[in-house]
Amino acid sequence: MQISLNITETIQECLVSMMSESAAGYIAMVIIALIYLGIFSVAGLFLVLLERRVAAWFQLRIGPNRVGFQGLLQTMADALKLVSKELTGTDRADKFLYNLAPYFVIISALMALGLIPFTKEFQAFDINIGIFFLIAVSSIGVIGILLGGWASNNKFALIGAMRSGVQTISYELSVGLSLLTMILLTGSLQLSEIVELQKSGWLIVQGHIPAIIAFMIYMIAGTAETNRAPFDMVEAESELGAGFHTEYSGMKFAYFFLAEFINMFLIAAIATTVFFGAWLSPFGITESIPWLGVLWFLVKTLLLVFLMMWFRWTFPRLRVDQLLTLEWKYLLPINLVNIVVMAFIVWQNLIILI
Amino acid sequence: MQETATLNNSFKSEEYFINMGPQHPATHGVLRLLLTIDGEIIKKVEPDLGYIHRSIEKMCERDSYQQIVHLTDRMDYLSSHINNEAVCLTVENALELEIPDRVKVIRTIIGELTRIASHCLWWGVMGMDVGALTTYFYGFRDREMINDIFEETCGARLTMNYNVPGGLMWDIHPNFIKRVKEFIVHFKTKIPEYDKLLTGNVIFQKRTKGVGVLSKEDAISFGVSGPVARGSGYSCDVRKYHPYSALDKVTFNEVLETDGDTFARYNVRIKELWESLSIIEQLIDNIPEGEHRVKTNAVIKLPKGEFYQKVETARGELGVYIISTGTKNPYRMKFRSPGFSNLSALNHMAVGGKIGDLVATMATLDLVIPDIDR
Repeated sequence: MQISLNITETIQECLVSMMSESAAGYIAMVIIALIYLGIFSVAGLFLVLLERRVAAWFQLRIGPNRVGFQGLLQTMADALKLVSKELTGTDRADKFLYNLAPYFVIISALMALGLIPFTKEFQAFDINIGIFFLIAVSSIGVIGILLGGWASNNKFALIGAMRSGVQTISYELSVGLSLLTMILLTGSLQLSEIVELQKSGWLIVQGHIPAIIAFMIYMIAGTAETNRAPFDMVEAESELGAGFHTEYSGMKFAYFFLAEFINMFLIAAIATTVFFGAWLSPFGITESIPWLGVLWFLVKTLLLVFLMMWFRWTFPRLRVDQLLTLEWKYLLPINLVNIVVMAFIVWQNLIILI
Repeated sequence: MQETATLNNSFKSEEYFINMGPQHPATHGVLRLLLTIDGEIIKKVEPDLGYIHRSIEKMCERDSYQQIVHLTDRMDYLSSHINNEAVCLTVENALELEIPDRVKVIRTIIGELTRIASHCLWWGVMGMDVGALTTYFYGFRDREMINDIFEETCGARLTMNYNVPGGLMWDIHPNFIKRVKEFIVHFKTKIPEYDKLLTGNVIFQKRTKGVGVLSKEDAISFGVSGPVARGSGYSCDVRKYHPYSALDKVTFNEVLETDGDTFARYNVRIKELWESLSIIEQLIDNIPEGEHRVKTNAVIKLPKGEFYQKVETARGELGVYIISTGTKNPYRMKFRSPGFSNLSALNHMAVGGKIGDLVATMATLDLVIPDIDR
């Protein structure tokens, strides 16, 4: 029996020794799904705590530090409270869609996580259309937001949802195009191959100028896609109260809330994979210890997450028309030119290899 | 032709109505705005008042003049000292009392400190309204120092009641001068920080420049006052034109901006912080010795007649109008509150803008709802 180090295959191998092949396949899927669900609900809660501590740090406050060591259990306690809360909703809401909406958001956020290469071994599935799949899945979330806003039967929620639709459709283009710029360089959509390619220098170095531009556009558009400040038109609390989730309470609200943070993590994780060499250590200093890759991946991702939090706690919010102007008049044209520049660089082989 | 007509018709937008408030984060209190909007564009704004009306003017007719001072705290609670001062000045003028210089200087210093505290809070909330939440805490940090000084001076932080007809309730605390000087040094390093965080931000300037424009003519015809009017280039500072207390002894500039947009009003308030600091600096070393209060009768009876006094609060011109019939209560009392006239210009400024513009415009009006409703 050939022992693979891949997490999916390892679990499947173990199960095959106990039962038939097809049953093992299904059970392995369920086990992996549960592992991911467990890890990322905890990770989401941790990110909420991180945001609160970072916000406090920016705002001359201390932040939550009472529940558990340095407040580590604060968000757990909050989640527990939200679970135990009564679910209230509006009388005239479209009940079916109203209840369905949070699941759209949270499932699309969790689905994309399976693709992220934490290390070479820790990747649930590695398909040859990796990046394409990531973009496709992560944009399903907006349907949930639109449904939630529409079904709530609340004008504030509706305005928020419509803004969200406009915003996500626009910025999806920039996310897609900036990743496409990098794909010109890699020549592959498969994430493991993209990482493998970066052993001779991270892509942001390999692609130098156009790669840096692509990264900046990706971070701006990515922040907009997660509906976070300065692009939080969707919930803009000084304008719309709470935006699309005005009418949600308890755990349904928590799904929206968690999804925002998992999406933020996703955007940062994709950036880490495509621009900063995923789990590869800088200059290969810890290449001999493969499991340290997880650490490197998390360090890079959390730095980018911190960058997004930095945006949120320093910038004012854009107005909805300025948001669209930024995308259609600036980011998109720059992006298109950038793709041509990247194509030229790949054609002339001006790539910097270490 | 028929087809294009139906096509156009199917894209026709429809105006709808939305309630902003009385519980809404941007209305800073219990103000209700009835918005008529077309998509995101505002067609009409109707402020609906009265959610915190406590009939203060009517209550004044029942109370003695010392008691009236306490009620005025609850109008514009962010410049409570200046409200108190306005009533006290009216009563003192009516009684033709000679107020010691010490009282005048202390009143002016605390009045300017109140103005700074109010503008600090406004600045924090302004940032929050345009989406930069961090400003709130920066503004409150500096306001806290002023509140601590007030607490040491008179025991209260917000509703101060430090003035009484005839002077001040207590003399200042021995630490007062030292702490105010410390605050001046501290705050001079913090205003540039405000500029770095918000004023110079590109997004903030895009959000505020050319938004909510109020021309000088409109400013005058709507009767707006204070920083809102001065942002439109209408020179109307009561401290300059009708100096009261020790304001005739100091030199300061009246801040004027001519653009009349949200950014101009923002700038006026930021520059006023510097002017207020300069007024305090001129006075803090020269507080004359003397009594902190002149004796008045326990029951103050104003002579028969009508008395009016206006002062400049952080929001604009506050007028106090008393009709007395010679008894211990006023026959009729009227406050001309700055917020009420400033709010009346909101519809004019916000129509045609987006919801985000309305929020930014409203933030620079610096509304305090109890001041409007009384």
